[in-house]
Amino acid sequence: MSKEPIIVAFCCHYCAFTAADLAGTMRKQYPTNCRIVRLPCTGKVDVNMLLKAFEFDADGVMVAGCEEGGCHFIQGNIRAIKRVVYAKTLLAETGVNPDRLVMYHIAASQGPLFAQRATEFTEIIKKINHEELTREKNSDDNSRRQAV
Amino acid sequence: MSDKNKKIGSVLVVGSGIAGMQASLDCANAGFKVFLVEKQPSIGGNMARLDKTFPTNDCAMCMISPKLVEVGRHLNIDILSYSDLKNVEGQAGNYRVTINRRARFVDEEKCNGCGDCERACPVSLADVFNGELAEHQAIYRLYPQAIPNVFTINKNKLPSPCKATCPAGTNSHGYVALISKGKFLKALDVVRERMPFASICGRICFHPCEDVCNRGKIDEPVSIRNLKRFVADYEWEMIQKGESVERPPDEKPIEIKMDYQEKVAIIGGGPAGLTCAYDLAIKGYPVTVFDANEKLGGMMTYGIPAYRLARDFLEFELDLIVKKGIKVELGTRFGVDFNFEDLEKQGYQTIMFATGAPFTKKIPLEGIDAKGVLESIPFLKETNEGRKPDIGKKIVVIGGGNVAIDVARSAIRIMEPGSEVNVICLESREEMPAHEWEIVEALEEGVKIHPSWGPSKIISDSNGVTGIETIKCISVFDELEKFSPSFDKGIKKTFEASTILLSVGQMSDFSFLSDDIRTKNGVIDTDPLTLETTVKGIFAGGDNVTGPKSLVVAVAQGHRASDSIHRYLRGLDLREDREPIEQTREFAEIPKNTYPAGIPRHVMPTLDAATRKTSFIEMETGFTADMAIKEASRCLNCAICSECYECVRACKAQAINHDSKDELIDLNVGAIILANGFEPFDASLKPEYGFGRYKNVITSLQFERILSASGPYSGDIKRPGDGKAPKKIAWIQCIGSRDVTVGNDYCSSVCCMYATKQSIIAKEHESDTDCTIFFIDMRAFGKGFEGFYNRAKNEHGTHYIRSQVSSIKENPENENLILRYNDVESNNRIVSDEFDLVVLSVGLVANPSIKETAELVGVQCNQFGFAGTQPAYPLLSGREGIFLSGAVNGPKDIPETVMQSSAAAALCGQLLNDARGTEIEVREYPVEKDISDEEPRIGVFVCHCGINIAAVIDVKSVVDYVKKIPGVVHAEDTLYTCSQDSQKIIKETIIEKKLNRLIVASCTPRTHESLFQETLREAGLNKYLFEMADIREQCSWVHQQEPEKATEKAIDLIRGSIGKSHLLEPIHFKTVGITKAALVIGGGLTGMTTSISLAKQGIEVFLVERNDYLGGELIHIDRSLEGDNLQVRLSDAIKEVELEDNITVFLNSTIDSVNGFLGNFTSTIKGTATTEIKHGAIIVATGASQSQPSEFLYGQNDNVMTQRELEVNLKDNFIAKNVVMIQCVGSRNDTRTYCSRTCCSEAIKNALAIKEQHPETIVSILYREIRTYAYKEVYYRKAREKGIRFIHFPDDQYPDVSEKNGALEIKVHNTVLGKELTLPANKLILSPAIIPESENNERIGELLKVPINEDGFFMEAHVKLRPVDFANEGVFVCGLAHSPKFTEENVVQALAVAGRVSCILSKDTLEVGGLISVVDPEKCASCLTCLRECVYEAPFINAEGVAEIEAIKCQGCGNCTSACPAKAIQLRTFTDIQEKALFFSILKEPEILKNELD
Repeated sequence: MSKEPIIVAFCCHYCAFTAADLAGTMRKQYPTNCRIVRLPCTGKVDVNMLLKAFEFDADGVMVAGCEEGGCHFIQGNIRAIKRVVYAKTLLAETGVNPDRLVMYHIAASQGPLFAQRATEFTEIIKKINHEELTREKNSDDNSRRQAV
Repeated sequence: MSDKNKKIGSVLVVGSGIAGMQASLDCANAGFKVFLVEKQPSIGGNMARLDKTFPTNDCAMCMISPKLVEVGRHLNIDILSYSDLKNVEGQAGNYRVTINRRARFVDEEKCNGCGDCERACPVSLADVFNGELAEHQAIYRLYPQAIPNVFTINKNKLPSPCKATCPAGTNSHGYVALISKGKFLKALDVVRERMPFASICGRICFHPCEDVCNRGKIDEPVSIRNLKRFVADYEWEMIQKGESVERPPDEKPIEIKMDYQEKVAIIGGGPAGLTCAYDLAIKGYPVTVFDANEKLGGMMTYGIPAYRLARDFLEFELDLIVKKGIKVELGTRFGVDFNFEDLEKQGYQTIMFATGAPFTKKIPLEGIDAKGVLESIPFLKETNEGRKPDIGKKIVVIGGGNVAIDVARSAIRIMEPGSEVNVICLESREEMPAHEWEIVEALEEGVKIHPSWGPSKIISDSNGVTGIETIKCISVFDELEKFSPSFDKGIKKTFEASTILLSVGQMSDFSFLSDDIRTKNGVIDTDPLTLETTVKGIFAGGDNVTGPKSLVVAVAQGHRASDSIHRYLRGLDLREDREPIEQTREFAEIPKNTYPAGIPRHVMPTLDAATRKTSFIEMETGFTADMAIKEASRCLNCAICSECYECVRACKAQAINHDSKDELIDLNVGAIILANGFEPFDASLKPEYGFGRYKNVITSLQFERILSASGPYSGDIKRPGDGKAPKKIAWIQCIGSRDVTVGNDYCSSVCCMYATKQSIIAKEHESDTDCTIFFIDMRAFGKGFEGFYNRAKNEHGTHYIRSQVSSIKENPENENLILRYNDVESNNRIVSDEFDLVVLSVGLVANPSIKETAELVGVQCNQFGFAGTQPAYPLLSGREGIFLSGAVNGPKDIPETVMQSSAAAALCGQLLNDARGTEIEVREYPVEKDISDEEPRIGVFVCHCGINIAAVIDVKSVVDYVKKIPGVVHAEDTLYTCSQDSQKIIKETIIEKKLNRLIVASCTPRTHESLFQETLREAGLNKYLFEMADIREQCSWVHQQEPEKATEKAIDLIRGSIGKSHLLEPIHFKTVGITKAALVIGGGLTGMTTSISLAKQGIEVFLVERNDYLGGELIHIDRSLEGDNLQVRLSDAIKEVELEDNITVFLNSTIDSVNGFLGNFTSTIKGTATTEIKHGAIIVATGASQSQPSEFLYGQNDNVMTQRELEVNLKDNFIAKNVVMIQCVGSRNDTRTYCSRTCCSEAIKNALAIKEQHPETIVSILYREIRTYAYKEVYYRKAREKGIRFIHFPDDQYPDVSEKNGALEIKVHNTVLGKELTLPANKLILSPAIIPESENNERIGELLKVPINEDGFFMEAHVKLRPVDFANEGVFVCGLAHSPKFTEENVVQALAVAGRVSCILSKDTLEVGGLISVVDPEKCASCLTCLRECVYEAPFINAEGVAEIEAIKCQGCGNCTSACPAKAIQLRTFTDIQEKALFFSILKEPEILKNELD
C-alpha cells in the first residue's frame, strides 16, 4: 500500500509563507502533502526540530525561506542553510535518506514557485518511499526464500 | 481663539503609493489621525508593480507587502480608496475637505476578497496593472495582495448603446457577455428579465441595438439578435433532447413573488398584453388575458409568417409565459362577448387594453371592392394557419412596408412554380419602409419590387380582378416630411393580377370603447409616461396606443403598463421615478482597455432562396454554439460591466450592490500631504520606437511585470508577440526623458538604474540572455549605484552602448527588431543589430491627478506638471499647511520618496504639535481574565468562506472530527468567520463556554490574525491564546481537485493548532517611560534642521558640534545651481537654533559614551566640561568633507583650483580666456568607487556663472558622465546652449595636464571625435570627491553600534524603505554622513529623521516585550553565542553574568533560540515545546497526543 506521504514545510513568515498564500490566491494547484508550519524566520529552525519531525514520522521536511540576501532578519536564511546541511549528515548517519530534507528559497512574490517546489519535493519523497518500499519487499522476499 | 483657528490633529494624505503610505504611517504613529485618499481601488501605487528594486535587487513585493498590511490595519489610518478629493476650504491647521467616495459596487465591509465574483464575471478587459499583457474581469482587484483586499466593479458611467437603445430595456450587453463565456442558459435568463419573447424576438426583432453597436465603428456590429435567438434555441434543443434545463437553486433568476389579490384583465393577447400579464403574474397578481382569436400571440401568431418564425418556437414560448400563472380566455371579443360590467362583476379591479392594430387600412381606389382584392392581415392569418387560399398565378401587393413583404413572400410560397408576385409601392427603393434585408430576401425569392408607383385603379371583369393600373409617384413626402404623395399621372404602368393584396398600413378598431376612454389620432389617448387612459385606473398599451409598431416596442409598452398597474393597485404614485419615455442617446464609447477580437461578424446561415421559397420552413437555421461564442466575443464591452449580475449570484457574502452610488464625505484636517506620484511616460508618444506597432517593443514597466512572479507570465520571460523566450534584449534609455520634443527636458532619475537592474534579473532568469543598454549618460549617482552599474557591466556582462538609437524596424520574418545606431565609443560606427525584444526605458511624468488636485488646493505646478515651484524647498507647496512628498514634486527614487514622506510628516508635526493626539482613536478592552490555573478549554471555528473552503473541504466532517479532540469544548462552522456577526458569536461563545484558547481555521493569519486577536481581547482573553490554521490559501484553493485529501490536510493542520494551543500562555507587554529628548551629533545645516524640527515638535534637543561654530560644510558654498542663497539659508538656521528654547548647543564637543536603548539613552558629552544627558533617540548628522586633489598639478600651479575655490574667485572679477574643468577627480575610481553626486551640477553652476560674467570665456568641461538628474538636467541643457563645451573622455583615459612655459595645457581623448585634443587653459578647475569623515565615523559607529559601508559612509537599516533609520532602533542618520547629496536633499533627510524620531518621542511610553526571545538564566552557560548571533545586538550579559535579551531591541526572529547550544533561549509562542506540539499534532492522531505531551 502506498500511503500519502506527509511533508512538514517550515516556512518563514515574510517570504515563503507569503508566497504560499499567493499560490493560493493565484489558484496554483499542488499536491496536498505539505503541512505548512509558520516560523518568523527560517533562522529559527534548529537541527533538533528537523530531526524531531522525522521522529514523528514525517516523510519529508522542507525548509523554505527568503531568497539569499533577501532575509527580513538579515541572515536567518543563511543560518538555516547551514543547519539543514548539517541535519542532512545526521539523517544519513541514522539511516534516513538525507534527500528527505531540503531547503528552498522563495520570495514573497513567487507564488507559482512555491507550488512548483511543493510539487517537486512531493515527487522526490514519493520516489524515495517507493524505492525504499521496493527494497524492503525484496529483502523480505529474499529472507522468506532463504527461510524456505 | 475662534473655532476656525483651532488646529485639528488630523492629516489628509492624497495618494497612497509608497510616499502616501509612509507619510500616513509616520503621521499616524506620531499621534495624528490620517485619512488616506486614493483614486485606485487599492493602495500601493507604482511600487506594487515592480518586481525587484535596485541596487539591492530586493523583491519589491516582499518590501511593500508588510507596509500595505501595516497601513491597512492601522487604527488611526482610514483608507479612502476609489475616492477623489473634491473640495478644500479653510487654512493651515484647519482645512475642511470633501471627498467623493466613488461607488465600487462592492461593500468593503462584507467583501472578503475570495474572488468568486471574479470567476463568474464574463467581461474581460486588458489589465492595466499588468501592462495590458494579461486580462482581468470587470469585477477585479488591482493585484492579489491588494489592500483593501476587496473587489471593485469597473463600470462605465454611460450605458452600452445596445442596452440603452432597446425599447424593452433588454440587457443585450449582459447576455452577449455571458454567451461569450459559454454561459448560455444564464444569458437566456438575462434576456428574459426584460424580454419574455426571447426566441421570437431573437428571430423577428428589427434590432435597433445593432444599428448603434460600437463594434460597427470598427467593422460590423455584433449580431446581437441572432445571439439572443441562439440561447433560446439552445434551451429548446435541450428540452427536445430531454435534458434538464432546471437552473441550480442559487442561479435561478430572482423573482420576488407576492400574493396579491387584485384581479387584472388584459384585453388582447399580443406582445404588449402578454408582457404586461407576464410581469404582473411574476409579481403575484391574478391576471386574465382575453383574446378574440383562437390562439394567443396576436400579430406574432397571425402576422409573422412561419418561414421567419417557426410555430414550434412560438408556441413553446407562449406556453412558457402562460405557465407563469396567467389565465387565458380565447375566442372572446371585448365589446361583443363581454363588456366592462361583466369584468367589474367578476371582480377585476383594472383593465389594460392591448388590442393592437390588426385591421388593414382601406384606400379610396377605383375598383377596390372587386373580387380578388384581399386584405393583408387576414391573408397572413390564413397562410399562417396552414391554409392555401387560391390567389391565382399573378398577384400584386400594394405597399412597401414589412407586412407587404411578408405578404409577398408568403404568397410566393403557396403559389405554383412560375407564378408572379409584384410589389408596388409609392416610395422609392431607398425610401421603402420595409427592412432592407427583408427586401433583399424577397428579391432573392423572386418577388419583383416596383418602387415609386401608386395605384390609380383596379381593373376587373365579372370574375373579379384582372389587373391594376398605376401611375408614377414623384415624391411621397412634402417639405415638412408629411405624407403627401404627388404623381405624374402621365406615366402609367399596368400590372396583370389574379389577386391584389392591400398592405398599406394597419389600424385599430375602437368601437368597443366606452365614451370616456378617448382616442386621439386613431389611437387610444394615454399619458405617455403611465399609459393611463382618460379613465383613471384603465390602461392601454401596444399598437392601439403607438399605432402599428414592432414587437419590441409592444413589449416596452407592456412593461410600462404593468408598472403602472402595480402602482395603481398598490396606491403608489404613478409617475414618481419612472423610467423616462425617451431612451438615453448618450452612450458609452469604446473603453480604452478593451480590444476587439479580430473576428468578422458571423452571417446567419439561411436556406438558399430556391429551397426556401417552396415552403414555410424557417429560413434561418441559427448559430452553432461555437459561432455564438465567437460572435459574442466580438463585443467591445462598452459599459465595461455588463450588469449580467453573475457576480451578485456568485457572492455568498452578499457584498455586491449594483445600485450603489457615489458618496460625498466631509472631513476636518489640520494639514494635507500631496503624494499623487508619477505615471510612466506614454511610449506611444514617441512613435519612432514602434511601441504599439511592433509586438516585441515593450515598456520597462511591462518588462517589470513580465519579470514578476505574479505577473502576466508567472515570471517566465516571454515576448508578447509569440511567447518565445528572448535571448537578446535591448533597453533604450531616455524615452520621454531629457526630451524637449515631448516637453520633458528633465531627467527621470531612475531609468538608468532600473534598466541595469532589469538586465541583471533577466540574466538571473536565463543566464545566456544577452543584454544591451543604449544610453546617453549613465546616471548612477545614488548611494550604491555606481557599484551596481559596475557589477552589471563586469560581472553580469550587460553591454552598455553610448548611443541614441536612430531607427527600429521589425524583421517581418521573425518579429525581431533591427536597431540602427551610431556607436560613439567605437569611432562612430553605424551599426545595425537585431534583438528579440526591445524594452523602452520610459521616464516618469506627472500623474494627471496632480494638476487636478493642485488646482483644487490652490497649489502651483511647474512647467512639467509636477506640484511645487521651488526646487530648494521640495516639500513646500507654496500654500501653508499643504506639503508635498514623493514624485508629486518631481521624478525620484524610492528612498528619496520615503524620506520626503517622513519629512512631510515632520512638517505636519511642527504645524499641528498642539493638536497632537487629539483626534486619534484608542481602543479600550476589558480586563484580561487570569487563566493560569485553568485547564485548556479550546474553541474551534472552522470557516466555510462561502464556498471558497466549503466547496473543497468537507467543513462539517472537519468540525465533527475536531469535537472529539481532547481539550476542545466547542467547535462550530461559520459561513464567514471574519464577518461582524461571526465575531459577535465568537465573543459570546468565549464568555458562555468559558473558553481560554481560540482556534480559527480559515484564511491566512497574515491578514486576519489581528482581527481575531482583537475579538479575543474584547472577550477578556489575552490575544496570544490564539492559533490560526490557513485552510484556504494553503489548502482549499490549491487542492481544488482533491477534496478528500484536502479535508484530511485541513484536519491535520487544525489538529496541529489545537496541539500547540494547549501550551499557549498569555504574553504581556511591559510599559516603559520615554525620555522626550534627542541627541543630535553634528551642527551643520542637516543637524540644525533636525534639531529645529524636533524642538518645534516639543522635543528637547542636545545639539553637539565638534567645531566652535555651527554651519558645517555648507559654509563653503554660496549658491546652489538653482540660485538659492545658501548662506542666507544657513544663517537663518543658526539664528533659529539660537532662539529655540528646546535646543541646547554644545560647541567644541564630542560624544564620549552612549548607553541604553530606544527611548532611554544616557550619554556623556565631552567639551569644556563633561555633561551627562538623558535622551530617547540619537541622530547622526556628522557630515562629510571634500577631498584635496593630489593630481593635475593641484597645489603646484596656482591656476589649478577646485570648484569651491573657483566659487570664491568668482565673487571678484574672474577673468580667464580658457577655462577647463575636469570631473570625477577622486570619485569613481578604484579606491573611491562611488559617485559624489553633486560635482556635475557644481561644475555647470560655476561654468554658467563664468559665462554670465564673461560670455567670451571658453569653458570646457571634461567628463565621463554628466549626472544632472531630475530638474538639474535643465541647467545642463542651458549650459550647452550657452556654448559651454562638454568633452567626453573614456573612463580609463583621464586627461593629461602639463605646464609649458607657465601655461597649462590639457590633452584629452575626445570620445566623440575619436581623437586626442589639446586644450589651452588659463584656469583648470577640478571637481573633487566628497569623502566621508572616516575616522570620526568609525568612532561614532562603534559608540552607537551602527555600521559603516565599504565607502566609509553610514549604512542605513534598509536602502529603500528605512533610509534614515539604523537597524539599531532609536538611532538615525541624515545628511552627508549617509552619502553625498545636495543641500535641499540633506534638509529633506534631516526633516525625515525628525519625522521618524517624532514617531517614538511623541509618545509617553513604549510597549516592550511581546513576541520576543527570553533567556532561562538557569540554563545559560554565558557562552556568548547569542551575542554573536543577533544582528540587532539585543542579547547582553547582565549583572548576574548570564545572557539577557534587551526586550526593546529584540525583533522576534528567533535566530538566537536555534543557535543557543544549551537551549536556554525560547521565543515566545514559538517555544521548542510549543513547536514540537504543533508538528507532532499535525503528524499524529490525538489518542497518543496527550501521553506524548505530558
